[in-house]
Amino acid sequence: MKLPTFSSSVLLLGGLAITSCSGGGGDAANEILIGEYGSLTGTTATFGISTKNGIDLAIDEVNAAGGVLGKQLRVIVEDDQGRPEEAQTVVTKLITRDEVVAILGEVASSRTLAAAPVAQSNGIPMITPSSTNPKITEVGDYIFRVCFIDPFQGFVMAKFAATTLKVRNVAILTDVKNDHSVGLTQVFTEEFGKLGGRIVARESYSEGDTDFSAQLTSLRARNPDAIYVPGYYTEVGLLARQARQLGLDVPLLGGDGWDSPRLTEIGGPAMNNSYFSSHYSPQDTSQLVRRFVGQYQERFGEVPDGLAALAYDAAKLLADAIARAGSAEPAAIRDAIAQTKGFVGVTGTISINAQRNADKAATVVRVAGGKLEFVETIRQ
Amino acid sequence: MKKAAFWIAALAVLGGLQLFVRDIVGAYNYQILVLVGINIILAVSLNLINGYTGQFSIGHAGFYAVGAYTCAGVVVYGQEAIRGATGFLPELGQNTVLLLVGLLCAAIAAGLAGLAVGIPSLRLRGDYLAIVTLGFGEIIRVLILNVEAVGGARGFSGIPQLSNFFWVYLGVVVTVVTVHNLVQSSYGRAFISIRDDEIAAEAMGVDTTRFKVLSFVVSSIFAGIAGGLFAHFTMYLHPNTFLFTTSFYLIIMIVVGGLGSIEGAITGAILVTVLLEVFREFGAFRLVNFAILLVLIMIYRPTGLLGSWTLVRAGRRPGRAA
Repeated sequence: MKLPTFSSSVLLLGGLAITSCSGGGGDAANEILIGEYGSLTGTTATFGISTKNGIDLAIDEVNAAGGVLGKQLRVIVEDDQGRPEEAQTVVTKLITRDEVVAILGEVASSRTLAAAPVAQSNGIPMITPSSTNPKITEVGDYIFRVCFIDPFQGFVMAKFAATTLKVRNVAILTDVKNDHSVGLTQVFTEEFGKLGGRIVARESYSEGDTDFSAQLTSLRARNPDAIYVPGYYTEVGLLARQARQLGLDVPLLGGDGWDSPRLTEIGGPAMNNSYFSSHYSPQDTSQLVRRFVGQYQERFGEVPDGLAALAYDAAKLLADAIARAGSAEPAAIRDAIAQTKGFVGVTGTISINAQRNADKAATVVRVAGGKLEFVETIRQ
Repeated sequence: MKKAAFWIAALAVLGGLQLFVRDIVGAYNYQILVLVGINIILAVSLNLINGYTGQFSIGHAGFYAVGAYTCAGVVVYGQEAIRGATGFLPELGQNTVLLLVGLLCAAIAAGLAGLAVGIPSLRLRGDYLAIVTLGFGEIIRVLILNVEAVGGARGFSGIPQLSNFFWVYLGVVVTVVTVHNLVQSSYGRAFISIRDDEIAAEAMGVDTTRFKVLSFVVSSIFAGIAGGLFAHFTMYLHPNTFLFTTSFYLIIMIVVGGLGSIEGAITGAILVTVLLEVFREFGAFRLVNFAILLVLIMIYRPTGLLGSWTLVRAGRRPGRAA
């Protein structure tokens, strides 16, 4: 063992020890502990980070206003690296080790589905801000969400395409690796058919693909009036560029997976004349949204995306439910969440229905000149 | 007699522990304990092909996935038929039959997959296995993504919880005993001779392809069993669990513990799984610290923590790890 390498490794170990100082026990009497799990690292890290920012903003606001039931809220965040089995482990940790009274998370439905049974069997309420898979709240009576579900989003875009854009022939490009994309495709196809539209072509791609020319060439041959691409922003941006290069100038339609500041960064001008269904629009002029967008921008230096807005609402709704419950007992919190009616959030007015889903409207947003414009609100 | 006594003792100890282990250690530690067990099965089985036979497989997650989805599929879709046929048994008995049938199918499916991948790629010498297994792991994952019957990209939910501490650690004991006996037998010597010098082994009359395929298939079978146990513990499967990063974590476990040593694979599996949990304290620096630790271990213990040291040895010193 050589001394120089040994001493340098002592330094490294010292580094380990210093970074470990961030942990530490809380003051149980004056705090209410809330757990949060999300993908802070991994391929969908932006989801986890936006969500965390939204929750932090909401919780700090609540605490600055005196907290809930005379106590401060404290959020314990765990990273699941975007892996379902990690999500299950961290939620087990949050519940049994940290003894949180409620849980916020996840974005991706696969992680929420893996973790929800843990919360359910331990009797700890969980609110997912943005998992849209209908199966999630079917796990049990402790699982809630503040976003709309896939079927509704597919319906919104089908209605928008048929009644506002007045298109008849739509082609679909599905991300087959993405449960969300597969779900939206299914519902859009059914609903658009009911409204008299026709699906002229279907093609698929996989998350991580960079070349879409084969699929786009095949779609071009069918002359669609619009193309529905319910994928995530990373591929959609690239896909839009390639579509325009091939001379496909029809509008692209999408879902909330498009909602990221990176969409127009990647897609550039190719994204113009495209529409997607979203949870909220930062252009909304209501005072609540303006204040949220302003504070978020001031603190994090970017326009909040839909995930951040939903996370903010989920945290606010939870704080509101704890206050209404008058107790920090998980069962009482659960009942209060279930009774939520007409909660005014930045993503709209939320009522929790009997299936523990949120009844709310969806927003259709238009991409124009690198900006997102509010088009209309569509209700059930 | 001695063998029977060993198995009865193992069953009794594990069965006894199952009754109160969860209450003693708490749900979180219990979860980690079970995941450690599953990782031990995976690491010990991977060690058979990578450590003892000297072939570089980086697609273990593929066989793990085959086992997990086969077991879950058989149980979910065959549940009614099997419960009907065993209606005379109490609930626990039915669950046991159900799990064992599932695990058997998982082992067979993973073994067949191992055979299909092994026969063409193990005829060759060199790094071809690495490339083929990496590809295989991804193919399996993409196939699963497109099979709606097992949930596709939405993930497979609604799997009954049948496996627990008892079953996972019984799996560990079976794996360790089988791999140990195998490497101590004449088969094991053939594996090790291939690792140390494939040309010399062939010159001495060892049918290298046959032994490589054998080692690979046995390794795949145990990965399949681990998958089945995992599926029925977490009750939810998603293709993202079986990304190639999972294979890499398994390779890290056996390299850190010491290639070509069962104790090394066990140590590595425990260390990696537990450290990743302990390092949660570090928050954002968790994976950075983990990487630093791996670098340090590799600087000071280039052959792994245990090297090729083994506790139980039949009077023979195996060669250094390749």
